[in-house]
Amino acid sequence: MPDLGLDVLWKGSNLLRLLGGLGVALRISLIAVVISIPLGLLLGTLMTGKNVILKFILKLYLEFIRIMPQLVLLFMVFFGSTRMFGWQPSGELSAIIVFTLWGAAEMSDLVRGALISIPVHQYESSEALGLTKVQTYCYVVIPQTVRRLIPLSINLITRMIKTTSLILMIGVVEMIKVAQQIIEANRTTSPNAAFGIYLVIFLLYFLACWPISLLAKYLERKWR
Amino acid sequence: MEETILTVKHLKKEYEDKTILNDVDLAVKKGEVVVIIGPSGCGKSTLLRCMNGLEKTQSGSIKLREEAIEAGSGNLVQIRQKIGMVFQNYELFPHLTVLDNILLAPTKVQKRDKKDVKAEALKLLERVGLKDKAGSYPRQLSGGQKQRVAIVRALCMNPEILLFDEVTAALDPEMVREVLDVMLELARQKRTMVIVTHEMQFARAVADRVLFIDQGKIMEEGTPEEVLEHPKKERTQQFLNIFQFEKVQERKIS
Ligand SMILES: Nc1ncnc2c1ncn2[C@@H]1O[C@H](COP(=O)(O)OP(=O)(O)OP(=O)(O)O)[C@@H](O)[C@H]1O
Ligand SMILES: [Mg+2]
Repeated sequence: MPDLGLDVLWKGSNLLRLLGGLGVALRISLIAVVISIPLGLLLGTLMTGKNVILKFILKLYLEFIRIMPQLVLLFMVFFGSTRMFGWQPSGELSAIIVFTLWGAAEMSDLVRGALISIPVHQYESSEALGLTKVQTYCYVVIPQTVRRLIPLSINLITRMIKTTSLILMIGVVEMIKVAQQIIEANRTTSPNAAFGIYLVIFLLYFLACWPISLLAKYLERKWR
Repeated sequence: MEETILTVKHLKKEYEDKTILNDVDLAVKKGEVVVIIGPSGCGKSTLLRCMNGLEKTQSGSIKLREEAIEAGSGNLVQIRQKIGMVFQNYELFPHLTVLDNILLAPTKVQKRDKKDVKAEALKLLERVGLKDKAGSYPRQLSGGQKQRVAIVRALCMNPEILLFDEVTAALDPEMVREVLDVMLELARQKRTMVIVTHEMQFARAVADRVLFIDQGKIMEEGTPEEVLEHPKKERTQQFLNIFQFEKVQERKIS
């Protein structure tokens, strides 16, 4: 078996440090997800509303976030905040801010799409049965929207987890950063460590995202 | 004297500046089956939708007994419980089972006891031959089955009047019959109904009164015999001719 330099994993607390890095990545994604989902629901609902100016602003926001590479957004918040507001957020906070802005934007578009995909006659037949507007939303529109939304938003969550690999660029010690540190520290004793470590990272990302994807597939099958 | 359930007076309906319904008058008595026929786009659906407050009207009035039906008014939720409507497109709620589709409005709107409604729903489902489908989802049903469920869903609200808008128009021919049979049965039970249909044989069988609408007006009305067999207006005759097929040999080739 070729030497993958896996032995470095067992040196000191290296494996724990890697897991810790994954923990940081997951924590940032989780906080961002928890904030951006309700925000996305709100913005997405507003995007289907009647207020033209509000819709325009939200559209602009969505396009801006989409066009900008996440890395640029991270730099803008991390380095730009001091310039603009004289306030230096930590790397982790910057990451949370960017992921929340991004998540809310993407989520709002998913919500908008799910809402407009509910046919008009669903609203009408509900109202024809005597349901009020609120009841129509509660029992007819929202349950259907959520069913369409959950698989899509789970995909968004896995995308967010994967994209945390960028935040080492603003000094957050997440999994990739830990890996680089480990590889660097063992360059002479275990020059092949890069293969092994990145293989482990591959597995760890996979283990973090795969169950979520499975859940999405399951829900999709169950509700379609 | 039979009481009048639904009254439409001088109804006028416009989309933008196109007049769809112009001065329509109609009174539906208790237990009466009124069938509306007319060319595509003449405003049949629009008239039914107005009767259920789904469309704003420009002038005139619609009343269920003494209560005015008006889009956007506060009492609409109350009134709609007394008006059952079934549309052309299958409009069951796809995320609910057949039974839950039926139970939703009686339990949430009328706040009736779930057990009672369930028993009633199952009885009605049995009547239309769908008792074994109570736990199925709409996507597992054929078009004809969906429409029968939609009818049961409307019935379960115990409405005073039922409105049907071309409920068989989107169905495959072999499923039309099963739905029409359910409606014939309802007519036998002396339910008050307003039915829009293109099925002339069915109209003849089910109707107490037939209305022919064209260009936003009621052109002709009377018993099925009068309107469908011996129409007085040329326009009605022309429309009915669409449903007749001449033998190929007899057709003049010019
Ligand atoms: N939302 C709308 N906006 C503008 N015009 C409309 C709208 N809905 C219907 N119309 C127009 O109103 C007219 C009557 O439509 P309606 O659906 O009532 O016809 P119909 O008699 O039911 O026809 P069909 O037999 O094809 O169902 C049509 O000319 C149609 O184009
Ligand atoms: Mg129509």
